[in-house]
Amino acid sequence: MTAADQAPLRAEHLTLAYGERVIQRDLDFTVNRGDIFIVMGGSGCGKSTLLRHLIGLQRPAAGRVFYGAADYWAADPADRAAILRRIGVLYQGGALFSSMTLAENVAVPLETCTPLPPRDIRALAELKLALVGLAGFGDYYPSEISGGMRKRAGLARALALDPEILFFDEPSAGLDPVSAKRLDDLMLRLRDALGATLVVVTHELASLLSIGTNSVFLDAATLTQIATGAPRDLLADCPDPTVQAFLRRGELPPPPKTKETRP
Amino acid sequence: MAPTASTVPVSTAAGLRLDRGGPSAVLSLSGTWTLAADLSAANAFLADPHALDGLPSSTLRVADAGIAAWDSPLLVFLRRLAVAAPKGTTLDLSGLPSGVRALLDLASAVPPRARDAAPPEPSWLARVGLASQACFQHTGESLRFLVDLAASAGRMLVGKGRHRRADFLDVLSECGPGALPILFLMSLLVGMIVAFLGAIQLKLFGAEIFIADAVAIAMTREMGALMTGIVMSGRTGAAFAARLGTMQVNEEIDALRTLGFSPMDYLVAPRALALLLMMPLLATYSMAAGILGGAIAGIATMDLTPAQYLHETLSSMSVKGIASGLFKAAVYGVVIAVSGCRQGIACGRSAESVGTATTAAVVNAIVWIIVMDSLISVLYMLLGI
Repeated sequence: MTAADQAPLRAEHLTLAYGERVIQRDLDFTVNRGDIFIVMGGSGCGKSTLLRHLIGLQRPAAGRVFYGAADYWAADPADRAAILRRIGVLYQGGALFSSMTLAENVAVPLETCTPLPPRDIRALAELKLALVGLAGFGDYYPSEISGGMRKRAGLARALALDPEILFFDEPSAGLDPVSAKRLDDLMLRLRDALGATLVVVTHELASLLSIGTNSVFLDAATLTQIATGAPRDLLADCPDPTVQAFLRRGELPPPPKTKETRP
Repeated sequence: MAPTASTVPVSTAAGLRLDRGGPSAVLSLSGTWTLAADLSAANAFLADPHALDGLPSSTLRVADAGIAAWDSPLLVFLRRLAVAAPKGTTLDLSGLPSGVRALLDLASAVPPRARDAAPPEPSWLARVGLASQACFQHTGESLRFLVDLAASAGRMLVGKGRHRRADFLDVLSECGPGALPILFLMSLLVGMIVAFLGAIQLKLFGAEIFIADAVAIAMTREMGALMTGIVMSGRTGAAFAARLGTMQVNEEIDALRTLGFSPMDYLVAPRALALLLMMPLLATYSMAAGILGGAIAGIATMDLTPAQYLHETLSSMSVKGIASGLFKAAVYGVVIAVSGCRQGIACGRSAESVGTATTAAVVNAIVWIIVMDSLISVLYMLLGI
């Protein structure tokens, strides 16, 4: 098996815990190349915690996270840093460094991870800002722009090193429906153009049903995953009442299709 | 990944070749165009001002002649190429991978926004004027804050203020007993320093015993209150600013306002009163610790007996001296509470502004403590206290 046909991200019997308190246990899922992989579930079920475990901010209590063939938590620090350079993360509020301009924010990973001269870095930063629709905003400080723009600037920074996997934490939180839709479109176009894989933590129904190609559903009651698959397919055929309630905003699912016996 | 026999060796450099023959010029791109690749050929091409001279037609076709891998550098190159090409030249990118065209379209979908022109730099005269204006405004705001605080503290004392008793007790214990260990250490050391300084001079006259007087007077009239003020502005003033600043960032202060609480009554007055109450007590403690430090130093380095030292200390201390020190301490308490809380309430909405507010609170408190110290000392001198 070569690296090309290996799934870019895979979780194996992952157990997430804060100290003694188990958040989720036995998570098993595979994110394939080009997927828009949705991590969904009700509030407080551990979606963001799972994200923190996937992007190397928190060590799992048990289980493994594979990036390609590499076991992230078993790798030595240099390999881990190399893995992290291949991913990009968009945090909920953008998480821009407030003392730097947008262009400087985007340039930070470029300056530390590439040998490029300042002129090229500046050009790359401008390109990334243009990609997210913020051309000409390079000299603005995060405090001078709106929340939606901050989020897009955060995306430009996440894109800086041309990542293979992009993680989004609640991308549409705090955005109006039109901006949220535009961000979805942007994510789709970037995925198609860059050939990247997207992992999205969200509970925004409209968004996850329209863009998701695969998903994992975390349940707060049983503390484990209760469904995987494309969100639209889950909506159509998942028998689990929790998943159905979630995907239909609590409205009752249609009566189950009774298997008709042909006369 | 180990290279296997089947992998074709790929050049890790970006290659390009301009072909002027034919009806329109063709720029053929090949090789690797990634962040890790060697892009010197592309840079050299763009750096040459005559690279694109003498094109046969107004169309420049960019062709994919075996691009092995590409990333942002290719996009940057094409954007630069569009700028470098002679006026009126159109780039025909139809031969490039569709992802490249999609990203370039995305990048040019929103027209760049020009930064608003910065206002012209003011002249030095204007700057002096603006600075003085800001200074007056700042002083005015501080005074208004002080007046509001006095009114609020009055309401609290007559029982009409709206605050939670538990919060007040928390603040009291945090800025009182919590400060004792560090204050003890600092005051003890200052007492010893005063004793050592005095000892060197007084030995010349054989008047070592007056060390006790020097330490007692210095600690009660001046150093006890000053040390308490400095310790508390670093410890409690900074904590007030950080606490209220974080509440401001978190919109908690707005929530208080809409719940009908005045932040002044609810947050500032309890803190100011707590400091006003605690500072004289802490200063008394600091005076005692300083005198103890002086005694340790004096008895250890000179032939004074503890009884002698104690007698001399007691005879040099006066109620008037102690009271004047305690009054100073109370004034410093108000200074610390006002600068801490004012900076906290006026804090901006970002994480960075909490840091700025905390720094400003400590700096302001220490500066104003020293200023008030000098003013009060002058006042005492005029009044003959």
